[in-house]
Amino acid sequence: MHSSITKKLAITLLAWAIALVVFFPIFWMILTGFKTEGEAVATPPSLFFEPTLSGYHEVMARADYVKFAINSVVVSLGSTLLALLIAVPAAYSMAFLPTPRTRGTLLWMLSTKMLPPVGVLMPIYLLFRDLGLLDSLSGLIVIYMLMNLPIVVWMLYTFFKDVPKDILEAGRMDGAGTLQEVLYLLVPLTLPGIASTGLLSVILSWNEAFWSLNLTTSSAAPLTAFIASFSSPEGLFWAKLSAASTMAIAPILILGWMTQKQMVRGLTFGAVK
Amino acid sequence: MATLELNNIVKDFAGTQVIKGVDLEVKDREFVVFVGPSGCGKSTLLRMIAGLESVSSGDILIDGQRMNEVGPAERGLSMVFQSYALYPHMTVEDNMGFSLRLAKVPKAERREKVLEAARILQLENLLERKPKALSGGQRQRVAIGRAIVRNPSIFLFDEPLSNLDAALRVQMRIELARLHEELDATMIYVTHDQIEAMTMADKIVVLQGGIVEQVGSPMELYHHPRNRFVAGFIGSPKMNFIDVEVRDARSEGVSVRLPGGGEYAVPVDASGCQTGDILSLGIRPEHLVLDDAGPLEGEITVIERLGGVTSLYVQCHDEEWILVTDGEVAHRVRDSVRFGFVPTRAHLFAEDGLALSHLERHPLVDVERRQNRASTAADAS
Amino acid sequence: MRSFLLQAPAVSLLLLWMLVPLCMTLWFSFQRYNLLNPMISGFAGVDNYTYLLTDPALWTAMGNTLLLVGWVLAITVVGGTLLAVLFQQEFFGRGIARLLVIAPFFIMPTVSALIWKNMMMHPVNGVLAWLFNLFGFQAVDWFSSLPLTSIIIIVSWEWLPFALLILLTAIQSLDDDQVEAARMDGAGPIAIFWFITLPHLKRAISVVIMIEMIFLLTIFAEIFVTTSGGPGLASTNLAYLIYIRALLDFDVGGASAGGVIAIVLANIVAIFLIRTVARHLET
Repeated sequence: MHSSITKKLAITLLAWAIALVVFFPIFWMILTGFKTEGEAVATPPSLFFEPTLSGYHEVMARADYVKFAINSVVVSLGSTLLALLIAVPAAYSMAFLPTPRTRGTLLWMLSTKMLPPVGVLMPIYLLFRDLGLLDSLSGLIVIYMLMNLPIVVWMLYTFFKDVPKDILEAGRMDGAGTLQEVLYLLVPLTLPGIASTGLLSVILSWNEAFWSLNLTTSSAAPLTAFIASFSSPEGLFWAKLSAASTMAIAPILILGWMTQKQMVRGLTFGAVK
Repeated sequence: MATLELNNIVKDFAGTQVIKGVDLEVKDREFVVFVGPSGCGKSTLLRMIAGLESVSSGDILIDGQRMNEVGPAERGLSMVFQSYALYPHMTVEDNMGFSLRLAKVPKAERREKVLEAARILQLENLLERKPKALSGGQRQRVAIGRAIVRNPSIFLFDEPLSNLDAALRVQMRIELARLHEELDATMIYVTHDQIEAMTMADKIVVLQGGIVEQVGSPMELYHHPRNRFVAGFIGSPKMNFIDVEVRDARSEGVSVRLPGGGEYAVPVDASGCQTGDILSLGIRPEHLVLDDAGPLEGEITVIERLGGVTSLYVQCHDEEWILVTDGEVAHRVRDSVRFGFVPTRAHLFAEDGLALSHLERHPLVDVERRQNRASTAADAS
Repeated sequence: MRSFLLQAPAVSLLLLWMLVPLCMTLWFSFQRYNLLNPMISGFAGVDNYTYLLTDPALWTAMGNTLLLVGWVLAITVVGGTLLAVLFQQEFFGRGIARLLVIAPFFIMPTVSALIWKNMMMHPVNGVLAWLFNLFGFQAVDWFSSLPLTSIIIIVSWEWLPFALLILLTAIQSLDDDQVEAARMDGAGPIAIFWFITLPHLKRAISVVIMIEMIFLLTIFAEIFVTTSGGPGLASTNLAYLIYIRALLDFDVGGASAGGVIAIVLANIVAIFLIRTVARHLET
């Protein structure tokens, strides 16, 4: 009994030490957001200071911060809704009307995820330039939707497959057409699954930093690009950067914590449950 | 009025025929049971009637109308699924009223119909519950209630009792039979449990390998099985079969030679049968009787005492026989016993498995099911 | 037929998304095409490839890519497995500790890179510099003297939580009966880890490796924000090299040839990943 308590204490200590070390950079950033610029760069680093919201005020005062934030919201929600709209029928037919080709189609969708973005950067850039989609929200929405579509289809497919076929058949016996079947039965039954799929897609879009850096300059740039602009040597305002970053990551960090279980499923294409 | 007719129904699944030409006629208000071993096609056949599976060829007629291309909801049927298939996110009331809601029935009328069904099934107190909060038996009743609300011309049941425990199953069996009388509807019921088939059916359809082996009343199947498969499938423990040689084939019956030397005359149609032919003799365990003067003798290898009855496994001339005797039998294992049977209770099967038909029909074959119940026997007489 | 119609939008969009850029990349890679100089045009044959393949920058970038992928994989998979075992144990505040340790995975890459660049690894004002001084060491100018190592540290910090998250989930599906049976057979903690836990994690580990590989082969934002590939080419990987060619030099042909090479590399990994997933897919 005694030794098991000691063991538990030792494990607690070790695990917490590791957790704190791993989390420290994030903690430090959040802390820095409440400092003045002077305190932020002080050596030795000041741990005790009078917290100030001036960093946040200054960031919010910059009209463009709000614009970047709105861009991020519009792009991630837009691409997610679009992806769900296209993926639900596809996943429905794969789960409930499987054909011998279904398996192949699913794997092929996965394979499109393997195309490295740099490999197609040039053509996408030129296509966007010619179509006038460079630095446009709609362009970014389409790209993110396509980027996440395979994951969304896969996740929905695994959730739909958990719905007993009998229930949908009972619905058909009761007179439900395909649309009613989906709206009255499938969607309510798999709502938690659909929600976590959507959240994962939002998270991935929100954090995406290849296309956003290469396809936007100012008017459609989301927060990833805005934060990256702090990397220039002249932009060394740490407190402001930290305040802006904290605001940029907070919603996603919370969503991520909420959906971590489903996220594993989605990210590993159902291979790990 | 609801009749069902199947004409030469065939179902192909990816190149293999699972239903190989089924003909069947179901009369109005009949209780028909499809029974057979798993994989015999009974559920597929039911799902084809329901419209959940397409028909590869042949016709399905309901009240004389061809229904092959009609959707499941428009056939005027309702179905109770093996898993109940209740909608987990809806209350009992919404579950039962879902079809009416889809059909845009006004709310008040909907509620009235649901309440009526709930009354029949004693579900009035559970209407606000979700399926998760119900016991197995209650879920079963909700599933039946959902079927009743649609007021269908034909009820379809897909092994509805197989997920219940034994005691509840007996209770639901009686309740279903009562419901059949109360609703006066045509019912088609799929099961692999022959007790359900024997107790509930007006007409049993025995299926095997996608083929109808026999259609008939329970007593007809028991006393006059058309072939060896039906003889072995109906009745428990299984019928005993041994090979015998024909000694004499006359119009009064066929005389066969039993192992051990005795000769027995079985009163069956002897046409097409010749001296020297090898036939299969079938006798049910409950029709074998211990008899010190009996023609057969063997050694007991296993005794199963159930209290009321006792099963004896007897080794007799390289064949194991099962006898069902009364519970008072005092024999021990390794005892040697003699036994025999009444010739009219014996069956003979030709090499192709078909039974040689009995010369006399069993008197109970034409007893209708409703005559077995006090509640309805009076109207029938 | 109905199934085809329902899948058509998703399938056709993805087909376009895959085929059009792929064909264009292939086409451009055989063209003389520079956005700054429209006079240069026409069929280049394999010139872009020979130019690229004989350019020492490509081989430096390839080497950096492999080092980056290799080190990050080693750190995250080994570390992730050990941490998964640790965080699977019962201890006080386990739920919260788990949340803290997986947090870095949800941070957007540009933020991660900037936290490390400014607040952790800054040679004067960074926390690490302060710690080094505290213990009497010389502070390190991370991004000038150890550029690739710095990138590896940042990327490992981002992906270790991913490996941990997946492996922790996988470990939870390990049957308790199996562990108890092993204990009855006299297995100690190390033997249980080696003979029961690790084999159970095999599939999850292979999935982690392949998914990480796909993302790590094209690491971009972290380099873009911190070192910009420098000093020189010291921290330039293939993705960054293509970016330089494409959007800084406007050399469409050369960038496309590099893109084709990246696609080929990714596909080698992808084939293995798809096979692994396919084996576990029941339809």
